[in-house]
Amino acid sequence: MERHGLRSYLVGFALAVVLTAIPFALVAMHALPPSRLAIVIAVAAILQVLVHLRFFLHLDLATTPRENLLAIAFTAVLIFIMVGGSLWIMVDLHGRMSM
Amino acid sequence: MTVMAPERKTSSDAYEQRALGFWLYLMSDAVIFALLFATYATMVANTDGGPSGKTLFSLTNAALETMLLLVSSTTFGFASLSSRTGNRSAVLGWLLVTFLLGLGFVCLEIREFMGMIRAGAGPDRSGFLSAFFTLVGTHGVHVSVGLTWILIMSGQVFLKGLSVPVTSRLFRLGLFWHFLDIAWVGIFSIVYLPGLL
Repeated sequence: MERHGLRSYLVGFALAVVLTAIPFALVAMHALPPSRLAIVIAVAAILQVLVHLRFFLHLDLATTPRENLLAIAFTAVLIFIMVGGSLWIMVDLHGRMSM
Repeated sequence: MTVMAPERKTSSDAYEQRALGFWLYLMSDAVIFALLFATYATMVANTDGGPSGKTLFSLTNAALETMLLLVSSTTFGFASLSSRTGNRSAVLGWLLVTFLLGLGFVCLEIREFMGMIRAGAGPDRSGFLSAFFTLVGTHGVHVSVGLTWILIMSGQVFLKGLSVPVTSRLFRLGLFWHFLDIAWVGIFSIVYLPGLL
């Protein structure tokens, strides 16, 4: 196995384990109030997704083909509009229905 | 890395284009999962007086599933690395390990689903449970398809060896498998952990 490639997977694995262990342990111990824990879970999840993209899927702004990055960026915008818009509408509707 | 012969370069260009096509597929899948997440977030409070995540979810089970999938993602990486150095038996070995870990994940998930359904918390119980089974079930089906694909690719590596097309297919299977682990990060961060707060 190639040294460099092997190191990439092992670093990714170690980071992913840490970013998984932190939220799971905090939830198991109820170490923080729920609202703060939710923030920790969200931050750890976003970081872990970035770790997976970088070390497992080998996304790299310099070496990944431009059109692939474009497709991913476009999808991110699409998801932001559709998920953000849906949640906005449903939360607003929920608020109006329970008035 | 050695300089490639011209015709070899054309074929690797073609495989890069297929990788773009596969990325487009993965991104469309990402949109599906994102919308299932949005549906779940909208429905999570609608328990209709039935059980909520707090009584149904097991942190240990979720942690175990997470570890199985994460380790399988890493062992698939080892298979990819072995394919680059042309080590056929190592590729087959790591694919087998990946398959067994993925199978363990699916078994844990099926056991969890069966337990919930037996306890009267099936997908027909409430809006929350419909959304839960749709989201987590869709991911489980993806993993099962991935397992089938791993078997097929193991057969191809065994019968055809690590030819250029086989290695290229193995690469796309790797993209798929790593992508499923990312979807799972979303599931434990949006479904299981917040449900147990």
